[in-house]
Amino acid sequence: MLRADLGVKVTTALLESLRERVKRRDISDSSALVQALRADMTARLAGARRGLDFDAARGTPNIWMMVGVNGAGKTTSLAKIAAQQIALGRSVMMAAGDTFRAAAGEQLETWATRTGASIVRGAEGADPSSVVFDGVQSAASRGMDLVLADTAGRLQTNTNLMDELRKVRRVAEKAAGVVTEVLLVIDATTGQNGLVQARQFAEATQVTGVVLTKLDGSAKGGIVFAIETELGIPVKLVGLGETVDDLAPFDPQQFVDALFDE
Amino acid sequence: MFESLSDRLGAVVGKLRNRGRLSEADVDEILGEIRTALLEADVNVTVVRNVLARIREKSVGEAISKALDPAQQVVKTVHAELIALLGGETLKITYASQPPTVVLMAGLQGSGKTTSAAKLAAWFKKQGRQPMLVGADLQRPAAVEQLKVLGAQIGVPVFSAPGDPVETARLGLEEARRVGRNVLIVDTAGRLAIDEEMMQQVRQISDAVQPRYTFLVVDAMTGQDAVTVAEAFNTTLAIDGVILSKLDGDARGGAALSVKEVIGKPIAFAATGEKIDAFEQFHPDRMAGRILGMGDMLTLIEQAEQVFEKDEAEKAAKKLATGKFTLDDFLEQLQQLKKMGPLQNVLGMLPGVGAQLKDAEVSDDQVRRTEAIIRSMTLEEREDPSIINGSRRTRIAKGSGTQVQDVNRLVKQFAEMQKMMKRFGGRLPSR
Repeated sequence: MLRADLGVKVTTALLESLRERVKRRDISDSSALVQALRADMTARLAGARRGLDFDAARGTPNIWMMVGVNGAGKTTSLAKIAAQQIALGRSVMMAAGDTFRAAAGEQLETWATRTGASIVRGAEGADPSSVVFDGVQSAASRGMDLVLADTAGRLQTNTNLMDELRKVRRVAEKAAGVVTEVLLVIDATTGQNGLVQARQFAEATQVTGVVLTKLDGSAKGGIVFAIETELGIPVKLVGLGETVDDLAPFDPQQFVDALFDE
Repeated sequence: MFESLSDRLGAVVGKLRNRGRLSEADVDEILGEIRTALLEADVNVTVVRNVLARIREKSVGEAISKALDPAQQVVKTVHAELIALLGGETLKITYASQPPTVVLMAGLQGSGKTTSAAKLAAWFKKQGRQPMLVGADLQRPAAVEQLKVLGAQIGVPVFSAPGDPVETARLGLEEARRVGRNVLIVDTAGRLAIDEEMMQQVRQISDAVQPRYTFLVVDAMTGQDAVTVAEAFNTTLAIDGVILSKLDGDARGGAALSVKEVIGKPIAFAATGEKIDAFEQFHPDRMAGRILGMGDMLTLIEQAEQVFEKDEAEKAAKKLATGKFTLDDFLEQLQQLKKMGPLQNVLGMLPGVGAQLKDAEVSDDQVRRTEAIIRSMTLEEREDPSIINGSRRTRIAKGSGTQVQDVNRLVKQFAEMQKMMKRFGGRLPSR
């Protein structure tokens, strides 16, 4: 469990729970132990709202923001989400809110072309809030359904950048749209710092869900267990590769099973 | 922030009786807390086991120095062991007799290869070399474009060609020879260690350009899986050194230890930010303290340097450590500290302060209130808070728009903080 990045606190708590049940004679043979643990973990992940929030009755575009640390997979995940939403028949506008990273706009533009989404970009170094604002205004004037706002990767320890992100979220709604999802993108290889990230990003932008990326690798992404159970932030999507189709809804059962696979 | 090691050990020490030598039981109890600390720092489970087994051997039966309590003794051994594990030989870059000296960048997606490649190029340039960058990541949209923009920023040429990454790398090498560049840095696509096809590809790139140095770029926030990744890349490529990225975050960085244990090669560089100049030699001693959760006084001083003048920073740190820190000093530092990041993180870096902070519930609102309270004090009151009697408290509360309880709390907590800082003045890791 530790090897899966669940963390000492979570592991201890789960095993304690198991110990209690053994003491109470709830579980009597060793083969039932693992089964009981899996069931317990799956149960703790049950009942979360995992759908992506899209309010069709709005009349103004829904805005979904991608946030997270550098290299987590925000832009690639945004592209995958765009492709999915377009397949559902929705019109999608991408807002290139990463105005810091070299060629970030070009990267997103490539995805816009590949997926058929529209895109609004700013100059490199432009104020990310105004790019997102422009994106929303443009989408609204064209009666589009969804704005997907990319943001620059940032470490939660950088106060200035976190303030900037707060502003992006605030300003996004000043335009004619409403933010219905703030998705925190977390790399499955992330260790215990993932919980700190979630806490800080949630405080700054009211994160509504997690996209757990790179789950096609050997890492199990166990840190999201703590993010869900301690912070109540549901994992909504998982990224399983670099192509635009490599996105799936989060399945708690599959996730728990994979933790015990070796 | 997780409980600091000092906090944990404080609890353990309380229970131990002071004997002349460390018994097995003593050592096991202390190591138990250290195990938790290392796991919380993301050090791989197996690596933790191995490291602690070695330390246990060294510690049991050791005479307890008169200056330290048993826990401190073991921590000192652990700290020294971690420094030795993380350090050892530094990577001294030497150059190929037939230029160019080729450097290959490898690692997982998003680890920081491209940014590090540019930083490395800038570093070589500073060493008086003529580097060239090759964009052999043809997978990620606009990856080559990114490298070109960075290359332009630092005045280093960037070569790329569409088609096949192996061929691109080979052509890059030819180009470097043709135009007389003496260092060639090849950026490659991020890849999963378990992706056989992609690992084959990077092996082919390596075979094509015969790098003198192959660097594995590892994200400092990587968890347990760092071991699997390091092993796989090392088997395929024979890594010469590791570049640890995103160290400007607050991840404890245990992955560094795991990777070092597995690969056995030096951690050559530390990347500490998104800007090109955020690139430096790796410091094993600072990393050891950070992983252990001892609080990284050196990082604090360094960060403070960016905001303060250098002597001011040392003065501040010294004042903190010797307990001569007054409320006035605190007010001054609060202004500066705010710039360094969330207060909780910054002060949490000091050993032992973590626990105090939990009670204080430090937040940035609290900072504003605290500032207001201190400003309502006279200079005398700030120098010597013991003179603050009832009527003064009322005046201060009125003046700052707070309650008398808030003033009381600040004065009390500050006094306790001073005491604590003074205590830890002796426990700070020596340089």
